[in-house]
This record gives sequence, structure tokens and C-alpha cells, in this order.
Amino acid sequence: MSTNKITTQKVNFKVFRFNADEDYLPYYEDYSMDVTSEEVVLDILNRIKWDYDGSFSYRRSCRHGICGACAIKVNGRSTLACKESMSTMIEYFGNDLTIEPLSTKRAIKDMIIDKADFWEKHAAVTPYLAADIDECPTCENLVSPHDAEELNEADLCIQCGACHYACPAVEINSDFFGPAAFVAAYRFEADIRDSDAERLINVNEEKQGVWDCVKCFECAEVCPKDINPIEKITKLHQMAFKKGVAKNNVATRHAVGFLHSIKKHGVLDEGGLVLYSEGPSIVKHIPVALQMFRKGKIIMPWNMPKSDNLDEIQKLIKSSSTVKF
Amino acid sequence: MKKLKYALFTGCTAKQSTPEQMMSTLAVARKLNIELIELTEASCCGASHLQDYDDFLSLVLNARNIAYAEKHGLTMVTICNTCQLNTAMTKHRLDKNPELKAKVNEKLAEVGLEYKGTSNIIHFLYAIIDDFGLDKIKKMVVKPLSQFNIAPFYGCHNIRPSELHDESHKQKENPYNPTSLDDLIIACGGMNVEYEEKNKCCGFHVELQAPHTAAVLTGNAIAGATDNNADMMVTPCPLCHLKLDTQTKHASEAIGREVSLPVLHMQQMVGLALGCTPAELGLKHHVTEVNFI
Repeated sequence: MSTNKITTQKVNFKVFRFNADEDYLPYYEDYSMDVTSEEVVLDILNRIKWDYDGSFSYRRSCRHGICGACAIKVNGRSTLACKESMSTMIEYFGNDLTIEPLSTKRAIKDMIIDKADFWEKHAAVTPYLAADIDECPTCENLVSPHDAEELNEADLCIQCGACHYACPAVEINSDFFGPAAFVAAYRFEADIRDSDAERLINVNEEKQGVWDCVKCFECAEVCPKDINPIEKITKLHQMAFKKGVAKNNVATRHAVGFLHSIKKHGVLDEGGLVLYSEGPSIVKHIPVALQMFRKGKIIMPWNMPKSDNLDEIQKLIKSSSTVKF
Repeated sequence: MKKLKYALFTGCTAKQSTPEQMMSTLAVARKLNIELIELTEASCCGASHLQDYDDFLSLVLNARNIAYAEKHGLTMVTICNTCQLNTAMTKHRLDKNPELKAKVNEKLAEVGLEYKGTSNIIHFLYAIIDDFGLDKIKKMVVKPLSQFNIAPFYGCHNIRPSELHDESHKQKENPYNPTSLDDLIIACGGMNVEYEEKNKCCGFHVELQAPHTAAVLTGNAIAGATDNNADMMVTPCPLCHLKLDTQTKHASEAIGREVSLPVLHMQQMVGLALGCTPAELGLKHHVTEVNFI
């Protein structure tokens, strides 16, 4: 039993309303209620439906943070309604809260959205075990605790979509698989029983794959299961190099280019990195580079700064490198 | 108050594409009587890309940088959000995993160094706010920026992951509604602009591999600030600054609307309020002209 005293405070809700069958545009309805510190966001959705408007629509099922149905946005933050306490929301955003579906442009009715893009991308990463397993085994296929740990909790994902619809790259680039699909891909790539040779190649393709991740950490911040999707994205990058499926393109050269620069100068050679990554395509950067040059923002190669004790850095690169490209 | 003293990890851009950031950092430190010992031995932090290729190497190199700060017995101060992320993340991972720490130290021993975990790592923004103090800044302002609406642009890697932020800094920051930079704007006499993109991504890290995504994010940020009557933007991150300052043409094309605002480094804003000259703060090094001085 919690010993915290239950407190009550007035909260003003601005709630997104829309019925795709009837409304030309969405609108917002205001509700004001006394909210107790024990309530979760789902309690508020229920109270709107039960006490104010029976037509208010939202998805919910388990109420225990496991079915992933009730993810919505509060003040722009993706959240799992049944798990998120109102006191946290008030602490984050104060007493004026805006309740919206995960993606307003995908709204069907109120909080209910069309998650088709989410599921298409999920399916596109073959999110299941591909293994040649004896149909009549004589013993169990055991996975050691150490190997199971490699999944890094990726199998805890409940496909709620909180990270997917918080990801800015998903909003801009409709081909991009997004953090949830990458977590699913990682889940099986990290499984020692899996033998799918295509998945890792697939999630490393340009436009759709991990290289278009903008590294904003929004996914890590919102995940209600603390799965840390960007950590899995990083691991998929690393796996591509380790398993030799990383293609030679601008994205992979951009990562490897750092090593070359550090080896030579200790610090990054900005111009050198762009040249190494882009190759002949560097010409497209010339107009901006000229502007920068005029403002004293470009260092000539002969003036490149170097780290002191560069020999230490070079020695460490030699002894600590674990990958070859 | 005892004189504040830190080990300064400049990062790479301060010595190359954002010289004005280095100049203004030193100018502000002089004004505030903060001593900065530059870690001239430091390497690049890998800018959140090296670890995609070789995670262990990235850890070793970052641990080496921290080891130099530890040798001075000083807290490390970063002036780039991504340096802050990579360095603080290294510290976080090594401090909670003794086995990994031992492996890294085995390598560092080859060059006579050791990562102990004794130096904290903070961004200069929080050194000013937490350690120096906003009230003291307020009292030192000689040229308040009172006629300006200033849009704070926080940059991802200073506020997310929030656990890492809160582990490194005294002041907790709400990743959905950060306030430190807003508070600093107000302390400098300016009006802080509220807008949706203030805690969003600028797109810097995918500029080469996903130029359209990067340009839209930059465009949205400047447009959001403009639509809320900002006269200028301010950021603690030189990478965000590079995007917002130098990429306005691509950003405008990507969002189908002309956008451009002067963008100050956080240090330049403080410097202006404290009476530093535009020359001291390197204002001539901006691509989008700072035309209000």
C-alpha cells in the first residue's frame, strides 16, 4: 500500500474530437475535472465517455500496459494511457492538458487512428523466427541466459506505436521503417536461433533503414516499456558491419569516416569527412561551403588542428578496434 | 564564491566551422571569471556516428578524454550537445558496468591512462545556470536584450535521454518542456518565445544520408520560431547552429517557404548581455547575418 496521501486538483482538458464519417475538420472539446493523484490517463478517457459524451471513442483493452491499445498523446507526448499516472502528466505539463490521438492526421474517430503504416512496416522486417528446427526434436532447443540477454528486452515491445508516432523521421519520410519496426528486427537478429539472411540487409537499406534515424532519442524517451529503441537501432548498425552486410554508401562511409579522421588528426576533419562520405557528390555542397568559407567557417587542410598526444590515440585505435570495413 | 574552474572539452566544430562558438565561450568565461583548462589532448567524441561502426573503440576514445579531465581533478565542461551525450553516455556505461570499465582501462593502460569515474561531465549551459547562478548573471547584465523575442532551441542531446541529463546535471530538465534556456534568455533581459519545435530535432545527424528529412526538420524549427514572432533563435549546440544558420536555403526549399532567422550561440547571447563586443563574440562568422546589433 502506498503511504502517499491522495490529493485532488482541477485539470482542464482540451480533447481532440473527430469523426471521419461526419466531420470535415477535427475540433477540440473542453472538459474540466477534479483529478486525483491515483488516476491514470485512461481513467480520464473513461470519465469523458461515461460522464460527458458516450460517443467519445478510444481503444483500450487490458488496462495493464500489455496490450498496447491505448497509446495516445498528452501535450504532444506519446504515452500509454493505462500506465501513465495523471500526477506525472501534471508535473510535466501543468494543469492544462491537451489529449490527442498518436497521429492526428491518421485519426478515424477521436483517439482511434489508422495504424496501417505501423503494421506494414512491422511486417516488412519479417518479425518472426526463421529457423530450421527439427519438427520432432528429441531434446529442447535451449537458449542460454547469456544469449537471451542479448535480446536486450526487445521482446518486451507491445507494439503500442508510442515511439513510431513520436519519431520525426517517420513523419517526414514515409519509407522509413521507424523505431518499433527496428526493435522487432533487432529482436530476431539478436536471437541465436534465427537464420534469416535478408532481414539485416533489409533494415540497412537507404531511405527505409536504420541509417535514416535522426538520433533525436524521442523513441527512448517515450517508450512505456523502457525498451530504448535507439539502442537497438545502434546495434543494428553495428551488426551490419560485423556481419559484413553494410553497403558502401554515403551513410556507412559517414560512420567509418570518423575513424579515418580521428586516426589522422585526433579531432574530426569536417571537410575531409564530407569528402570521404560523399565522394564525387561533394559538388552539391559547394554553394553552402563557399558561403561558409567567406565567413571563416572552413579550415584549409594545411591548417587542420591536431590533438596533442596524437600517438596515444593512434595506438588506441590500433589496439582497440573491433571492426573492419 | 570560490572561482569556478573546469576542464574544457571544445569538441571539433569550435576549432573549425563554428569559430565564433570558441570565441564567445572564452569571452563569457572571462566575464564570469570562470577558468577553463582546455583539454588539448582530447580526440573527437565520434559525434554519435563512430559507435555505429565500432562501439568499443568509441568507448575507449571517450574514456581517454574523460581520463584527461580526471587528471586535472576537474569537472569536464562540454560546449556541444553531441559531445555531452557521447561523453556522458560513456561515463554512464562504464560506471555501471565494472567489467566493461576494466576492459576499457586495460586499453587505456597501454598509454599510461586510467578512467576512474571521478569527473562529472556537464554542458556549459548548466555550468552557467547551476554553478554560476542565474541571479548573479541577472545582476551582471549591462546590455539587456529587452527589445528582442528570442526563441530557445535546446537540441536533442542536451535533454534526451532525460535520465542521462539528470544524472549529469544538478538542474533536472523536463524533456517535453525544458526551461533552462528560457530562464537564461529571461536573465539576459530578453523575451523567451514559446513554440512547439523548441525541444525538437534539427536534423543535423542525417544531413548527408537523408538530406530531405534533415532540411524539413531545420525548416520546421525556423518556421515555428518565426510564426511565434521570434527576432532570433539561440542554441547551446554548435551542430544545431550549423543547421539553422547555414542551411536555410535547403530548409526553405524543403518546406516550400522562405525561412531565415539570425541564430545566436547560447554563449553569444550571454556575452551580448554582459557587454562583450560583437567582435569578441565572432558575430561576423554567421552565414545568416546577425543584423540587429
